[in-house]
Amino acid sequence: MESLTNRKKVVSDKQMTFLESLYLPVVLAGMAMTFRHMFNKSATIRYPEQQRAFAPVYRGMHVLKRDEQGRENCTACGLCAVACPAEAITMVAGERLPGEEHLYREEKYAVTYEINMIRCIFCGLCEEACPKEAVFLTDRIVPTSFDREDFVYGKNRLVESIDNRIDITKRQHTGKRGKK
Amino acid sequence: MVKVTIDGIEIEVEEGTTILNAARMIGGNVVPPAMCYYSSLEGSGGNCRTCLVEIAEGSTRDPRPMPKLMVSCSTQVQDGMVVKNKTSQRVHENRGAVTEFLLINHPLDCPVCDQAGECHLQDLSFDHGGAGSRFEEEKRTFEPIDIGNKIKLHMNRCILCYRCVKVAEQLTEKRVHGVLHRGEHAEISTYIQKAVESDFSGNMIDVCPVGALTDRTFRFKSRVWFLKPMNATRECKKCPGHATVWMFGEEIYRVTGRKDAYGEIERLDGKTAWICDDCRFETKDPKQWNIEGPRKINRHSVISQNHYEIPNPLKTNVKKSLK
Repeated sequence: MESLTNRKKVVSDKQMTFLESLYLPVVLAGMAMTFRHMFNKSATIRYPEQQRAFAPVYRGMHVLKRDEQGRENCTACGLCAVACPAEAITMVAGERLPGEEHLYREEKYAVTYEINMIRCIFCGLCEEACPKEAVFLTDRIVPTSFDREDFVYGKNRLVESIDNRIDITKRQHTGKRGKK
Repeated sequence: MVKVTIDGIEIEVEEGTTILNAARMIGGNVVPPAMCYYSSLEGSGGNCRTCLVEIAEGSTRDPRPMPKLMVSCSTQVQDGMVVKNKTSQRVHENRGAVTEFLLINHPLDCPVCDQAGECHLQDLSFDHGGAGSRFEEEKRTFEPIDIGNKIKLHMNRCILCYRCVKVAEQLTEKRVHGVLHRGEHAEISTYIQKAVESDFSGNMIDVCPVGALTDRTFRFKSRVWFLKPMNATRECKKCPGHATVWMFGEEIYRVTGRKDAYGEIERLDGKTAWICDDCRFETKDPKQWNIEGPRKINRHSVISQNHYEIPNPLKTNVKKSLK
């Protein structure tokens, strides 16, 4: 019966000619193809000496931002934790005491703030949910480790230091956020 | 009995019923929002103007429309009255304006405020508020103060609904706080910083529609959407002990009264089940409560964002209540 599609391949047991049975022309053609690739541009790079440029909105390790005066932006409102689909974020809030106004921007702040980097899927919803522009994902890669405990990042590793600020202006001004 | 039509739905109610209560009998989204009216507090209502409705026909005898929008919480129904709430563009625009006025001095500190997630002003501005503020002047600000040793007053957030004053008047023996000054300068305060100490003073936290009065024992402890509200009862000499406990794991973070769909304390045997301060502030051990089970939460509420289930029924004393 006639096939309804033409995807079928008919098998034949055709005999090879003498030239074909030597295999040599085919082998040479194959080698020529292989050697030609030696002179093409390489598709890979030599990591870690060379590194690829990141996209401006690459979603890597988080940072907890401080404002211009060096006060922490986070007020432990919990919106990042409730938005997190992987349940990677936990926090404990505390009340700012008189005299700590230079450390925290609002009267409530996060005493502990932990992100479990193994749970995290780097979706960026925490950044999206944050009403205080406190948590951002950056182009830094989470370092590897042999211990699971090492991947629970507390405030000591998440909050940017006052002298060594993490630049996130590119993320703020590209994509959905647009130019400010 | 009088017949009244609200948003095209006809209902027969007793004479003397207010439009708001008639709408609540119908239920659903014909109910106007109310920030100051509280059914179990006598004399409440008429302050916030969020429940304004349009009256298209006054009554059968005099079917002329009322020229201005009326406050539904204090206007009584008349036979043949036709009320428009959701179906009226005027009401919608006016409610937006009222919301804008209520937000004039209200700080935008929901991430800090303990009321966030169960705040009526948050709901109102979500439904009727604008995307931005047109208020350019400086907002009036106050320092948060402790009134009593269990209640925190954030005057910044207050919308002057007078509910807490009514609670103090009607539930406690001696009222020691009230509204001082007039107009723009009005503020809730206690007489010479005198502490509020009464067995039922904690109920002013429950009636507060915003985060002006908050529980100091729960201050900044957690967010409401991380907690699991459970119905619980307890034998108490001062009050019915009919409450909601907000649990995190096996711990009770705070205790509130049981609130219905309109944010009002539920009734028990015909009386409002106000809870006393002992139940609210002092009993935070799960062993002291008879936990009945999870409370039903509207699925549109942010509280239902949390995974909401019984935290290990074998460990809590849920079984006791089943017996």
